[in-house]
Amino acid sequence: AAGMFLRLLSDIQWRAANPKWRRMTSSQRSTSTTAEPHPVSLPAQAQVVICGGGITGTSVAYHLSKMGWKDIVLLEQGRLAAGTTRFCAGIVSTARPVSIELKMAHYSNKLYQQLEQETGVPTGYTRTGSLSLAQTQDRLISLKRVASSLNVMGIPCEIITPKQALQLHPLINIHDLVGAMYVPEDALVTSANVSLALATAASRNGVQIHERTSVSHVTVHKGRVTGVETDRGRIQCQYFVNCAGQWAYELGHSGEEPVHIPLHACEHFYLLTHPLAEPLSSSLPTVVDPDGRIYVRNWQGGILSGGFEKNPKPLFTEGRNQLEIQNLQEDWDHFGPLLSSLLRRMPGLEALQILQLVNCPESFTPDMRCIMGESPTARGYFVLAGMNSAGISYGGGAGKYLAEWMVNGYPSDNVWPLDLKRFGTLQSSRTFLRHRVMEVMPLMCDLKVPRWDFQTGRQLRTSPLYDRLDAQGARWMEKHGFERVKYFVPPGKDLLDLDHSKTFYKPDWFDIVGAEVKCCKEAVCVIDMSSFTKFEISSTGDQALESLQYLFSNDLDVPVGHVVHTGMLNEKGGYENDCSIARLSKRSFFMISPTDQQVHCWAWLKNRLPDDSNLTLEDVTWKYTALNLIGPRAVDVLSELSYAPMTAEHFPSLFCKEMSVGYANGIRVMSITHTGEPGFVLYIPIEYALHVYNEVMNMGQKYGIRNAGYYALRSLRIEKFFAFWGQDLDAFTTPMECGREFQVKLEKGMEFVGQEALLEQKQNGVYKRFTMFILEDHDTDMDLWPWWGEPIFRNGRYVGKTTSSAYSYTLERHVCLGFVHNFDEKTGEELVVTTDFINQGEYEIDIAGQRFQAKAKLYPFSSLFAQRRRKDEVELSGYQRE
Amino acid sequence: FYLTPPQVNSILKANEYSFKVPEFDGKNVSSVLGFDSNQLPANAPIEDRRSAATCLQTRGMLLGVFDGHAGCACAQAVSERLFYYIAVSLLPHETLLEIENAVESGRALLPILQWHKHPNDYFSKEASKLYFNSLRTYWQELIDLNSGETTDVREALINAFKRLDNDISLEAQVGDPNSFLNYLVLRVAFSGATACVAHVDGIDLHIANTGDSRAMLGVQEEDGSWSAVNLSYDHNAQNEHEVERVKMEHPKSEEKSLVKQDRLLGLLMPFRAFGDVKFKWSIELQKRVIESGPDQLNDNEYTKFIPPNYYTPPYLTAEPEVIHHKLRPQDKFLVLATDGLWETMHRQDVARIVGEYLTGVHHQQPIAVGGYKVTLGQMHGLLTERRARISSVFEDQNAATHLIRHAVGNNEFGTVDHERLSKMLSLPEELARMYRDDITIIVVQFNSHVI
Repeated sequence: AAGMFLRLLSDIQWRAANPKWRRMTSSQRSTSTTAEPHPVSLPAQAQVVICGGGITGTSVAYHLSKMGWKDIVLLEQGRLAAGTTRFCAGIVSTARPVSIELKMAHYSNKLYQQLEQETGVPTGYTRTGSLSLAQTQDRLISLKRVASSLNVMGIPCEIITPKQALQLHPLINIHDLVGAMYVPEDALVTSANVSLALATAASRNGVQIHERTSVSHVTVHKGRVTGVETDRGRIQCQYFVNCAGQWAYELGHSGEEPVHIPLHACEHFYLLTHPLAEPLSSSLPTVVDPDGRIYVRNWQGGILSGGFEKNPKPLFTEGRNQLEIQNLQEDWDHFGPLLSSLLRRMPGLEALQILQLVNCPESFTPDMRCIMGESPTARGYFVLAGMNSAGISYGGGAGKYLAEWMVNGYPSDNVWPLDLKRFGTLQSSRTFLRHRVMEVMPLMCDLKVPRWDFQTGRQLRTSPLYDRLDAQGARWMEKHGFERVKYFVPPGKDLLDLDHSKTFYKPDWFDIVGAEVKCCKEAVCVIDMSSFTKFEISSTGDQALESLQYLFSNDLDVPVGHVVHTGMLNEKGGYENDCSIARLSKRSFFMISPTDQQVHCWAWLKNRLPDDSNLTLEDVTWKYTALNLIGPRAVDVLSELSYAPMTAEHFPSLFCKEMSVGYANGIRVMSITHTGEPGFVLYIPIEYALHVYNEVMNMGQKYGIRNAGYYALRSLRIEKFFAFWGQDLDAFTTPMECGREFQVKLEKGMEFVGQEALLEQKQNGVYKRFTMFILEDHDTDMDLWPWWGEPIFRNGRYVGKTTSSAYSYTLERHVCLGFVHNFDEKTGEELVVTTDFINQGEYEIDIAGQRFQAKAKLYPFSSLFAQRRRKDEVELSGYQRE
Repeated sequence: FYLTPPQVNSILKANEYSFKVPEFDGKNVSSVLGFDSNQLPANAPIEDRRSAATCLQTRGMLLGVFDGHAGCACAQAVSERLFYYIAVSLLPHETLLEIENAVESGRALLPILQWHKHPNDYFSKEASKLYFNSLRTYWQELIDLNSGETTDVREALINAFKRLDNDISLEAQVGDPNSFLNYLVLRVAFSGATACVAHVDGIDLHIANTGDSRAMLGVQEEDGSWSAVNLSYDHNAQNEHEVERVKMEHPKSEEKSLVKQDRLLGLLMPFRAFGDVKFKWSIELQKRVIESGPDQLNDNEYTKFIPPNYYTPPYLTAEPEVIHHKLRPQDKFLVLATDGLWETMHRQDVARIVGEYLTGVHHQQPIAVGGYKVTLGQMHGLLTERRARISSVFEDQNAATHLIRHAVGNNEFGTVDHERLSKMLSLPEELARMYRDDITIIVVQFNSHVI
């Protein structure tokens, strides 16, 4: 019979324009009330033009109109919800590892649930719940971590046994399972109809929707959006929103001033079947089997099942001229492994009859997180795209955040992980994107362990010392395209290969990093920190100082040669950036910020510095190699190399001086280390980098110098309670909340951004407090390691999450940093957090469902600081409420 | 004894070579896209040779396979030298003059050929001066003969073949003061080699064949299926015309002794070949050369042995039969291979296997469900079967390797059987020759965009 079948198939020429899928969705289309069959002429102007009528575009329009903006035009090149949205599998799943994504999905779920009632458009919303299966213990751990986050968000979720899973879904084979996670409130929707419902509501609120209208490009004048050109004429507008899904990249590049939106489409396949002999219940939970790389939901009595294969097929790399979405081929050979996986999970489906294999392209981003926010180069140009195959789960929440961003200037939660400005032009190469998404798509199902790194698109930005460090055993990670050393593998020592080194427990580099830390404490280490973002701000008169005094919270009117740690705050007093600024001369400043600030900080300053030709801002990141000499003997190495006294009397902490090192002149030496250890950072013009490095290593030999990497640095800074922007600090955290009042000069004689908010906090107290936790009953060898995002419990009640963690080789304990809130027991309202509140609690940290006792501290261990410090650093212990 | 698939692959791929004609402005303007070649030895050392080169002073590309017998010396020499003879035969008078003047005045020589060689394909350094001098004498004669006419490729090929064989014969008669070289030229002359050479220039394809290697064109029919067109005739006892020719060239009295047991004089399989002076020289000449030759030659029973019924030499020629073919869009590839391949595979199968390989699995008819009733289980079974079938294709990046895999490993169902492959490849040296011959294959892929 099989042979017969084979012959039959080979006789048929399959046309992808099979009417079948049309039939499947046409009935749904007729319910649309917003589609205008004949084009109404476009308005000449509007406040907002949204491009894209899929789930993201309609969600943005819905939320903007709800928030009171009415003058909105939504343009769709084809029909509403006819692109990826139509083909989407319609699973609303909240089981997301990243907290902001989890919040978006949770909001979407609540939104869709009431959408039919609100709009009258049937959305097919069914609360089925979802089952995530674990075939391995490691997978179960990762599910338990997600479960912990869901529970503290108030989303019901349990870890269950395979037998319990079988009771929830009678078709699954549980023989190879070790456990599962059940999220009862996850739902299914008809995704096109959700989008149409959102459009209907938006339309009722005054949003004009025009189908069959393509945007050719967006016009920008003096860094602001002025309008859009379409195939049906021009619309003037102040805001443009690019919700063009997989075409967002091209649309971003179509204007004169390109907006880089790094995403790339991949083919994505799922299977539809006829109903089972006894049709499946529509309330049967969705099954996700990440180890088998598949998901399965009930669909019209049969199933819908797709997955994320190991060998994805990227498409549209050369642009959209090749194939229309509807003409994509089914590729059974490609789907084969996923089909095997499906039949292994549900052997009972063997006899189920195939309806169709759908090929639905999805767009993926370089870091698996979606892209939202405003362009760094064109004000008023907003983006929401790159949903990584979770458009339905995120669409509602993401649209809300973007609408808030446009209306209020910033969303109601920290969306930095999704901010367009986390990327620069460097992630915008088509080759890079093509290669990276081929790694990203399989990662949707791969186990994500702490500190995993992307393997594709590497070695793009490197320090001039890259080869030299690599030859000495450097192992690399990447930040904003820049290669940074994690640690150095000593000669003769082998580490596990990539796959085997994945662990939630003690990693194989534990002793290696320990030795590097020890050397930082007792002798001296060199860390290449060239990736940090470096700007120079200078002016002919006092403009630089005046502008910086306004934009930064600390007092920058310090004597020449001083270095100041300061926040760059927003109006609410939250950290937009945390940086060190050296005053090079009366009129010029050198600013060092975290690596991923390159685009964000640049845009922030550009938008706020006065338009004055006498004031210049320059990105000098690429001009300098930064070597961090850490340790008590750094001073000896440097004074021998420069014939200059480097002791604290001559070169106090937080000082900056240009000097010669070896033969090389003009090296900016700063007495900062980013770790709290004694030492210096050398900013070396790149052509001298190799020379200075060689000199330092030669001279350092007698002081026991060695190379070290960022893992050592991280352990050092965390055990000293140093917060890091992007990890611990964000736009919703103020200096007052993290014990850094000493870095704020409230009375510096002039106004600065965020001052008012900080004064108010000083008056009324803070609602969260950055706290250090020392894990007490945690066995480093045997227990799961903390990472970040672990829930913190105070007296058994959830009070916040950790933001970073590291093993302290000095304390021989794990240290977690995180924020403690004070939620009212009855109302859940946030109350003021006092020192007493912190100090009088019993704390536990939840790592994948297991709670460990932790000791809370508001001040670092003073015994960890070896050096005498300048006065303002002694105040590191920081802000204390009376 | 069992070879794992990676071990099998490393044996099969040891000699594989691929060449892609470089593109200009993203376009390949040549009628040749490139070629894949490979060899699998049965003899130790292998007696087959292969060559490929681009003519630099005229247009066109040369490709050839050479099957040696009684040692590899002759095949080696022909593989090094024949293309130079062909290229020189094709050169216009002015270019020949230019080259001769350059040599005369010690200036740098115009490059004549660009070779495309596998690292294992070697050229003998010691004989290069000797070979060069013979070649120079040839072009000097061509200069003197200047006919003023444009060179005809057919004629050039025939002249080159004959001239080289003549030079091989002369060099052996004259000898060389250097004893190593002296022995070398004798070994070249007393061993033999067949040659099958293709010259491709635009849509003009010429095949010059001497012996029993074979050239075959792969043609894709309108329905997508593959068929084979022979572009050479085997010169052996199975070819009636060949038997007829040999008989014509000798008196009627020898008719019975000329071809015995399907061999020339009961000894030689191919009816045309380079070298093999034992079938070309008079008995006197053979005796004289052997006696004056080095001891190694004297001690060799084979060289001393005079074929029976040897009355009216020469019995053997190196003159090729030339076939001209104008390439058509449906002509997708050319296979040149020594008899080791053709003994095991029918040309129709060769055409199909290479054709399917070159067009790739992705061009295979995709599976489609359409309106048929197909269950998940049936589909799963079908996909599994397809995967197994195409996995052998995916293992090879080289069409010649793929063909060798089939030639050696095919079972009675025409699919590669790993067990059989493993057995055939792990035969000890002395047994290998009994089960298979040396195989040498060149697969040339044509550029449909140009043709």
